[in-house]
Amino acid sequence: MSEPAVDAEEVRHVADLARVSLSDDEVDAFAEQFSEVLDYFEALEDVPEVESEPDLVNVMRADEVEESLSQEAALANADESEDGFFKGPRVS
Amino acid sequence: MSHNAFITETDIAGDDSGVLDGRTVAVKDNISTEGVRTTCGSEMLSDYVPPYDATVVSRLKDAGATVVGKANMDEFGMGTTTETSAFGPVTNPVDDDRVPGGSSGGSAAAVAAGDADLALGSDTGGSIRCPAAYCGVVGIKPTYGLVSRYGLVAYANSLEQIGPIANTVEDAAELLSVIAGPDENDATTREEGADADYAAAATGDVEGLTIGVPTQLVGGRERAGDDPAEGGETRAGADEAVVEVFEDALDAYRDAGAEVVEVSLPSVEYAVAAYYVIAMSEASSNLARFDGVRYGTSGGYDGNWNESFAAAREEGFGDEVKRRVLLGTYALSAGYHDKYYKQAQEARAWVKQDFDEAFETVDMLASPTMPMLPPELGESLDDPLQMYLADANTVPVNLANLPAISVPAGESDGLPVGLQLVGPAFGEETIIRAGSLLA
Repeated sequence: MSEPAVDAEEVRHVADLARVSLSDDEVDAFAEQFSEVLDYFEALEDVPEVESEPDLVNVMRADEVEESLSQEAALANADESEDGFFKGPRVS
Repeated sequence: MSHNAFITETDIAGDDSGVLDGRTVAVKDNISTEGVRTTCGSEMLSDYVPPYDATVVSRLKDAGATVVGKANMDEFGMGTTTETSAFGPVTNPVDDDRVPGGSSGGSAAAVAAGDADLALGSDTGGSIRCPAAYCGVVGIKPTYGLVSRYGLVAYANSLEQIGPIANTVEDAAELLSVIAGPDENDATTREEGADADYAAAATGDVEGLTIGVPTQLVGGRERAGDDPAEGGETRAGADEAVVEVFEDALDAYRDAGAEVVEVSLPSVEYAVAAYYVIAMSEASSNLARFDGVRYGTSGGYDGNWNESFAAAREEGFGDEVKRRVLLGTYALSAGYHDKYYKQAQEARAWVKQDFDEAFETVDMLASPTMPMLPPELGESLDDPLQMYLADANTVPVNLANLPAISVPAGESDGLPVGLQLVGPAFGEETIIRAGSLLA
């Protein structure tokens, strides 16, 4: 098998960026699968530059105040909340 | 209900009497239903109850429909067989040992099994058309911007659309009329679709229409590898069994007065790669919100927020979702962004250009919806790349933002084969008209 395009260290780095914990088995499996998939993506190198004029329209408008979700509804699915705030893990 | 098509059974009655009065609808479980669990087929959202209805759900209710269940699906829309659902796979009503297709497998199976008259699915790279083809029903992916995505849990927001699944083209068209049209809450919707009557176009009259068949998506009876001059180990065209049914269906169009010609779309050879780079990149961004704080499985409060979020996502996401989030993160990361993401956008522009040019000479394009017959359960799970290649015929349409319909074209060995018709932007009437010849 040729040298994999992605090794375990790179998988761990990307997992860190994406905030997803991985087991060692997962890291190894992904390294192999990612190499295969990224290898396939290499073909994109051959794509020619295309001149395109996207059909863009400015849809901006001034803000309008409307009704929104109640605080109660917004907090309803939170694992923990306190005094109308979402409660999350500590920052550091 | 059968085939594990539903994650949650419901009885949400319509508010008013309208065109869908008396009709039952299955709604894919990534579409928000107020007060009713919406899981996206994921452990991460197994307890999530939306505080609002998606626009399409409001429109269903206004039209008098009854929502009978939230349909099972590949997790977060990521899959082609509905085997990545955290709630178990869906089986194909036509053959219990086979997959119904994905990611809207539950929606298609519910309609095919008669558990719902109609269904809503979502299509990012073929997720309505694939299960429609594998289950022998009709599915429409609308032009990007025709149907509001407000309330659709995003996977790849520049590619996806909600669309109808039904037993006949006329029924699917009727449902499309109900959900289509501009929405204040979705800035990517367009004026088209307001007050539309798509069912009226279901005449089956194809006299004088020209149908283009992209050679790259059919491939004929030879498989790449037999003929060295053919080149390209990864694209073999469609399986012989599929092509036979497809060719017979084309004869039906010829007999009905349509002209069938060959066209070439060289850019589609790169479509799968471009699609997956873009979809995975958008997914990595769209799924970043699932950190367990405002909703979703919590990672606990022991560590700091990076550790807690990483734990929540390790627990809440299945393998395929992790794969795509990580690959998307990789494709966007420093040092790789130009090589993958930027190049994929170039490929996307090229695909759009190819389709635009083709529509200068033809009214619509036709191909088999899927390059193979429905696989057996479990067959597709070992090789992610092989599974991605199965989307070769459907993803170019999402890249080009165009409308497409899959209609049942016949069977091979008792298994359904779908024919896909692709129309120009907002040309739903044309593909509905032609599709209704077969269903």
